[in-house]
Amino acid sequence: MQLALWTYEGPPHVGAMRVAAALRDVHYVLHAPQGDTYADLLFTMIERSDRRPPVTYTTFQARDLGSDTADLFRAQLRDAAERFRPAAMLVGASCTAELLQDDPGGLARTAGLSMPIIPLELPSYQRKENWGAAETFYQVVRTLAAAGEMPPALDTRPSCNVLGPTALGFRHRDDVTEITRLLERLGIRVNVVAPLGASAADIACLPAADFNVVLYPEIARPTALFLERSLGQPYTRTIPIGHQATREFVIEVAALAGVDPAPGLNPAEGRAPWYARSVDANYLTGKRAFIFGDATHALALARVAASELGFEVVGLGTYTREFAREVRAAAASYGQEAIIADDYLEVEAAIERAAPEIVLGTQMERHIAKKLNIPCAVISAPVHVQDFPTRYSPIMGYEGANVLFDTLTHPLMMGLEEHLLHMFREDFEFSGDAVPSHLGTANAPASPAAQSPADFAESEPVIMAASWADEAEREVRKIPFFVRAKARRNTEKYAETHGISVITLDTLYEAKAYYAR
Amino acid sequence: MNAAVLPVSEGLDTILRERGQREVFCGLTGIVWLHRKMQDAFFLVVGSRTCAHLLQSAAGVMIFAEPRFATAIIGERDLAGLADANAELDRIVAELLARRPDIRVLFLVGSCPSEVIKLDLSRAARRLSDSIPGVRVLNYSGSGIETTFTEGEDACLATLVPGLPVSTDGADLLVVGALADTVEDQFRRLFAAMGVVRVGFLPARRAAEPPSIGPHTRFILAQPFLAETARLLAKAGLKRISATMPLGAEGTRAWFTAIAGALDIPPSRVQEVTEIPYRRAESALRRMHAHLSGKSIFFFPDSQLEIPLARFAANELGMRLTEVGTPYLHRALIAEDLARLPTGITLSEGQDVERQLDRCRAIRPDLTVCGLGLANPLEAEGLTTKWSIELVFTPIQGFEQAADLAELFARPLRRRARLTV
Ligand code: SF4
Ligand code: SF4
Repeated sequence: MQLALWTYEGPPHVGAMRVAAALRDVHYVLHAPQGDTYADLLFTMIERSDRRPPVTYTTFQARDLGSDTADLFRAQLRDAAERFRPAAMLVGASCTAELLQDDPGGLARTAGLSMPIIPLELPSYQRKENWGAAETFYQVVRTLAAAGEMPPALDTRPSCNVLGPTALGFRHRDDVTEITRLLERLGIRVNVVAPLGASAADIACLPAADFNVVLYPEIARPTALFLERSLGQPYTRTIPIGHQATREFVIEVAALAGVDPAPGLNPAEGRAPWYARSVDANYLTGKRAFIFGDATHALALARVAASELGFEVVGLGTYTREFAREVRAAAASYGQEAIIADDYLEVEAAIERAAPEIVLGTQMERHIAKKLNIPCAVISAPVHVQDFPTRYSPIMGYEGANVLFDTLTHPLMMGLEEHLLHMFREDFEFSGDAVPSHLGTANAPASPAAQSPADFAESEPVIMAASWADEAEREVRKIPFFVRAKARRNTEKYAETHGISVITLDTLYEAKAYYAR
Repeated sequence: MNAAVLPVSEGLDTILRERGQREVFCGLTGIVWLHRKMQDAFFLVVGSRTCAHLLQSAAGVMIFAEPRFATAIIGERDLAGLADANAELDRIVAELLARRPDIRVLFLVGSCPSEVIKLDLSRAARRLSDSIPGVRVLNYSGSGIETTFTEGEDACLATLVPGLPVSTDGADLLVVGALADTVEDQFRRLFAAMGVVRVGFLPARRAAEPPSIGPHTRFILAQPFLAETARLLAKAGLKRISATMPLGAEGTRAWFTAIAGALDIPPSRVQEVTEIPYRRAESALRRMHAHLSGKSIFFFPDSQLEIPLARFAANELGMRLTEVGTPYLHRALIAEDLARLPTGITLSEGQDVERQLDRCRAIRPDLTVCGLGLANPLEAEGLTTKWSIELVFTPIQGFEQAADLAELFARPLRRRARLTV
């Protein structure tokens, strides 16, 4: 057993739902108890989907156990087939039904349905959501891509499929639009995007493409490997997140397609590098960034943070154990040890230790950062209703790099503003406690004293080694709030390691000199 | 699937009993409000990743501190018998209590997987209770194969009944069902003014300090879905006071009047004490009539609050009932609300969500009360909806909340009227 307070990933059948809901005309009959229908609200509420996910739950109850859960499954399957008339039927079990061993796949195969049946074996006590999505996508492609008939290709341009986007994905909708535009600009035809928006017939057309673009390896890698093995379609390795990675992606796809990369290398909309070089961005130098998310986003964001914004990566981790090796290697290149964890308390402890100035993470890290009063930007699933903005907001491609520049700098103090604050902090009309003017008062940092005890009840007890002399306390208050906590921490650490029990004005400045970069 | 239309004797036209896909939460969901109510209690679900995900999806949008609930996720090793489930539970409970020394009552909550593999949580609870000083360990099932949504609260409160201290100066009145603290405080003030001094609430704000009862104690439900708890209290010799649920001005006054009747308090006293809040609630509701009167309303089954809510909507807001669905119909417990429903409506028990959606689409009610999974898709079809879960999470009971409750129905309609896009 494993103790979980909050989890980064749902069970694997939720991954399967993300694929089913992304596809246009499949249906999923899930052998599951009534409570599992909660999963519908992820789609209808978080993503604001205007249709229910195409899922029928058998909702068996205790009284059905041992007698007719299999009959119930058969009946629900027949009803669903008749009502929804899907082009393909996915069948499977959730965690509870897995224990019943009713074999939904076997039951469906003998049910005499006219559409293709895709049985899903998703081990609930072993695997999680992304694995479930990847396996489902793979099974869908394996079943449908071989079966269909290919329409004759009228378009002679080189072509590719775009693989990986699903329902409930972090910015998948807009990433697809952005990358499709980029490919079109290079003269590459997008054959099929899947699973998001694809029909069963589209899946059958996957083999018609020359190669595959993998946007989200967590979901699409098994499928891409299968298509490479069985059809000889190569697939892309570069994830086009960030300006440089997008350029590399362009070069990679151009080589695969045999086209000139030039039209995709220096687009006018590529503003992020110039913004990063502009003097206002000087203040971003060496900002301590802690990054956590699914492997793809964490890896890409670490690179963007370090080499496109000039941040210092002080922590890097993922909950995607399947990609632990890659993340460990990347973390090592930033001189860090990777955090591979799906326990948010472990991540919280790591964030506290790293004392970052900005956290790039998931909704969990957003909450942690809020509690610790550290600016944060969400860069990965698990997602929240806010992660589905109305406006066009990709994070892939050149426009995505622009969005990331804004996303990663917006939570911080604006450059000129930070300088002014330093210059005028003694001015009586000017408060060092001012929050970034664009963030409004709602985010005003609470002084530790003002924080409710409940906020702290949960965190580790802080061992207070040294106390602050009045004069030093007054001085530290003159430091603008966004660096004050760090100054305090550093000074206390300095005092502790030097055996100082009362922090004086001198201790403060000695510590400042000691930690000066 | 198999739908049966049964004639009903009690003056209601028909009850539609359906068995098909149910689109409802399981009893684990009750943890979301129960852990807020009982501040010294911790809820440990013994279940799967699905259970953890359900809790987080139902609660995660509402709160985020380190919550006083968690899931012990059963893994492969546990299923394969490689790990001893009891030893694993002990380890997890120890880990948990080390981090939360403030916990006095720990609920081990059973789930579908723990029940299917027949994990005996009651034995585990007894063992842990004996071995951990200062912490009472109880257990109940919130599984989806046994409990529907609010039945989780019923199962939880039922486990508390045997632990209620018995004494001759126990409460005269026991109010049963989790209420928001503000509502509880308002009720306490009204009881005091009525002269009922010894009032207990179940659950108590601190689970370790339960109200005491005696042979003279009368109890009343503040929530309609507490069938098992009511059964156990009756078995313990307590008499139940039957009343409408305390929703709306009328419902709340009838609830207090029934209590007064049972405790030999003169009706004039109740009249006097409730007069001012009653008038306030009533005039606030009258203002809502303009938006709501004559509007048709359809209830999908969810919390078992549907019938009391329907009574309120019809009798106090002038709304027109179409279909009123409830997951279970415990006639005796909601007899007073049931008796006040207008005729000519469809009552349905259980669910086949697809057929019910067909009926809803055919009726096209002005307002549809439904779960979160259905609301946006129905809005996209041009229907106006109210999420039913809000009716459970928001304080709606009592005089002072009557207008808030009406507002929950009125706002979606007003909004629809206002938007021109
Ligand atoms: S229905 Fe059962 S398996 Fe699903 S979340 Fe509820 S208790 Fe867990
Ligand atoms: S933004 Fe606020 S209201 Fe909206 S889902 Fe999140 S917590 Fe709930």
